[in-house]
Amino acid sequence: MKYLEEFQNPELARRLLDEIRATATRPWALMEVCGGQTHTIIRHGIDQLLPDQVELIHGPGCPVCVTPLEVIDKALEIASRPDVIFCSFGDMLRVPGSDRDLFQVRGHGGDVRVVYSPLDALKIAQQNPDREVVFFGIGFETTAPPNAMTVHQARKLGIPNFSMLVSHVRVPPAIEAIMTSPSCRVQAFLAAGHVCSVMGMGEYPELADRFQVPIVVTGFEPLDILEGIRRTVRQLERGEHTVDNAYPRAVRSEGNPAAQAMLADVFEVTDRAWRGIGTIPASGWRLSERYRDFDAEYRFSVGGITTREPAACRSGEVLQGLIKPHECEAFGTTCTPRSPLGATMVSSEGACAAYYLYRRLGVTPTPQEASPVA
Amino acid sequence: MPDTKHPTPGGPTPADRGLPTVDISGWTCPTPLRDQPRVVMGHGGGGALSAELVQQIFAPAFGGEILAQLGDSAAVSLGGVRLAFTTDSYVVRPLFFPGGCIGDLAVNGTVNDLAMSGARAAYLSCGFILEEGVEMPVVAGVADAMGAAARAAGVEVATGDTKVVEAGHGDGVYLNTAGIGLIPPGVDLRPQRVVPGDVVIVSGDIGLHGVAIMSVREGLEFGVEIESDCAALGGLVESMLAVTPDLHVLRDPTRGGLAAALCEIATASCTGIVVQERAIPVPSAVANACAILGLDPMYVANEGKLVAFVPREHADAVLDAMRAHPLGAGAAIIGETVETHPGMVVARTPLGGTRVVDLPLGEQLPRIC
Amino acid sequence: MCLAVPGKVLDIEERDGTRMATVDFGGVVKEVCLEYVPDLKVGEYAIVHVGFALQRLDEESARHTLALFEELGLLQEEFGDPWEAAAAPEGWDGPGGTPPAVRNDGAREASR
Repeated sequence: MKYLEEFQNPELARRLLDEIRATATRPWALMEVCGGQTHTIIRHGIDQLLPDQVELIHGPGCPVCVTPLEVIDKALEIASRPDVIFCSFGDMLRVPGSDRDLFQVRGHGGDVRVVYSPLDALKIAQQNPDREVVFFGIGFETTAPPNAMTVHQARKLGIPNFSMLVSHVRVPPAIEAIMTSPSCRVQAFLAAGHVCSVMGMGEYPELADRFQVPIVVTGFEPLDILEGIRRTVRQLERGEHTVDNAYPRAVRSEGNPAAQAMLADVFEVTDRAWRGIGTIPASGWRLSERYRDFDAEYRFSVGGITTREPAACRSGEVLQGLIKPHECEAFGTTCTPRSPLGATMVSSEGACAAYYLYRRLGVTPTPQEASPVA
Repeated sequence: MPDTKHPTPGGPTPADRGLPTVDISGWTCPTPLRDQPRVVMGHGGGGALSAELVQQIFAPAFGGEILAQLGDSAAVSLGGVRLAFTTDSYVVRPLFFPGGCIGDLAVNGTVNDLAMSGARAAYLSCGFILEEGVEMPVVAGVADAMGAAARAAGVEVATGDTKVVEAGHGDGVYLNTAGIGLIPPGVDLRPQRVVPGDVVIVSGDIGLHGVAIMSVREGLEFGVEIESDCAALGGLVESMLAVTPDLHVLRDPTRGGLAAALCEIATASCTGIVVQERAIPVPSAVANACAILGLDPMYVANEGKLVAFVPREHADAVLDAMRAHPLGAGAAIIGETVETHPGMVVARTPLGGTRVVDLPLGEQLPRIC
Repeated sequence: MCLAVPGKVLDIEERDGTRMATVDFGGVVKEVCLEYVPDLKVGEYAIVHVGFALQRLDEESARHTLALFEELGLLQEEFGDPWEAAAAPEGWDGPGGTPPAVRNDGAREASR
């Protein structure tokens, strides 16, 4: 068992697709929250293979798309300082701030480095004691425990030149915000599997009940996504709205208690502005007072930032599934992947970037492999 | 709107010095977020930004029909003789990586550029830009590797140059190589020759070089038994041309990977390309390294592979010839050209779905999302 | 935020008071922090995100899931939906009994 190829098996995928096709009798709109799931869907062409009745709305599950503009601008400010080594996950380098991005900061001489893990940034801090090392701590609940442990380590090992710019976001408040939006079309959710690996499933039954939506915890390989969709469509067809775990090999109902304990120690809940959506109360995490010494927002006074979002950008409406990307006037004209106005065009999982690729494909692809090539 | 008349703050502008100015306002995006008054790393990534730089600054500045073809190497005529002529610069970091060093890359890279024009490389030049303070054994190691690679490829380094830059202004060693070779008669390899119905063949496993480099890059290090596939392809190309000189185009998928090579050819030939993903040979270690970093093997660099567009009637024979050569043992047909969606590359996923393969914007970055 | 990949633990050691493992991702080897899954043993698999193991991968559960996929469409005529037969609220054993929102169709618990 290798846990990857088995869950990419094309024959089993076809069976799952047939099941979905047989089950769906009416149009349904599902939202997958996690950007990683959106990626799998686009990468494998899953949305092309689903029956027409099943519509996938790509949700705000990518930190690239939802990290508040103000935080991006703060990151850019800090990264521009000559004494700072700014470390970040690769995802964030092309996210547009009010007037530039981290790539351009690098172009102006800023020391911006891509790392795989926050621990790599800590290592860089140890190796460069005379420089300030700042790590850009973004992400959902999946990434929060690694970031929390890193700050915890920094304190334990006494690494004074390390700090973290934190902007974590939480999934359940996002679901709530989407469902309370007046023109919401979402009828069910594919919950983010790895978020639930950490947090467990306890936050979802109340949402499923309150909004009468099925919430199916879903994994990330093609078969996982299809299974999540299958179970969701079946609930919808039956008028059910419960929480279901379609990713039991990696998700336990209680989640990971050790990770949750660390989160409770290092972070505290805060209101968070979601780019394109607005402020969602209690939807984010910031460093707790205990760890204020390692909070980059306090270490570097980054005041006086005026954020400026291009007026034409309608990422927020796209993120909530209110409009489709091509319904935005700027789509494909002033806003393209090369010159994005908003984050949904920057991120490869962003709905706008995904649509941009496909709109040029005039031919509707058939599910069968039409090519005679072996 | 930023002032585009003075792109370099401080110092005399080209206009001040009586030089013609290049009007970059045409390519500065109207939205303030994305204008590029300065060079960014993406401009060297081999993707859309690189293409933009060439199309908007270099091609207009130099003019010329040959350059306008934007091939990796140029087919030129001198005294009635057809030569392939190319140049390449090497700025790889780290200098030494699993499977090779900047020296091998430089020699093989230039030999391969010429091979993509059907030419057997004959002579190379080599310019060294050394950073003050770099240790002599490093320079010697690079030079030795170049010599060995040149001998293996049957090519001679005929001339060179050395410059030294101040400490902090280079990465130890930068190399530039140029090369020339004779193009055999009847050989005309360029994207414009591609027609619908051509068969697309790749010469072996993809993604090896890029993964080997990443595995030793700071912040990303991982252990993997993968070495760069850096190799000279002149012999492989000769064995393919021996089947028929009428191949349509060859391309070595370096920066930007297989995806960039296919996209460029689709655009330049105005044909559509369809590839079957499961036919593309990706070693499992490459697939797994890419899975961890969130990268797509199709966009990862290769230094010892080529992709060939072959007339359908010759495809099987060319494939056999490739597989008979040590550097083509893993050759595979991965797709074909079509009339529909001209200029676009479409991949059929193993599940039977479809995805559009687009030109990468700049460098592919690891992601967590 | 969810790019996490399965990896197999090759060996475990303490470093700076932190539990670290060498993990094999199908030929790619990387250092991973095990502090969040401290009872993970050599030979076991975990989901790894940005250098941290976040949860053990349950092999039996994985096999069970794949087996159910295999049965799709084949058993439909004979036994009805294999899912209903096999899986009651999977993974849910919430505090103080089954919450009302969680499906309980009276089916037996899946054997693990």
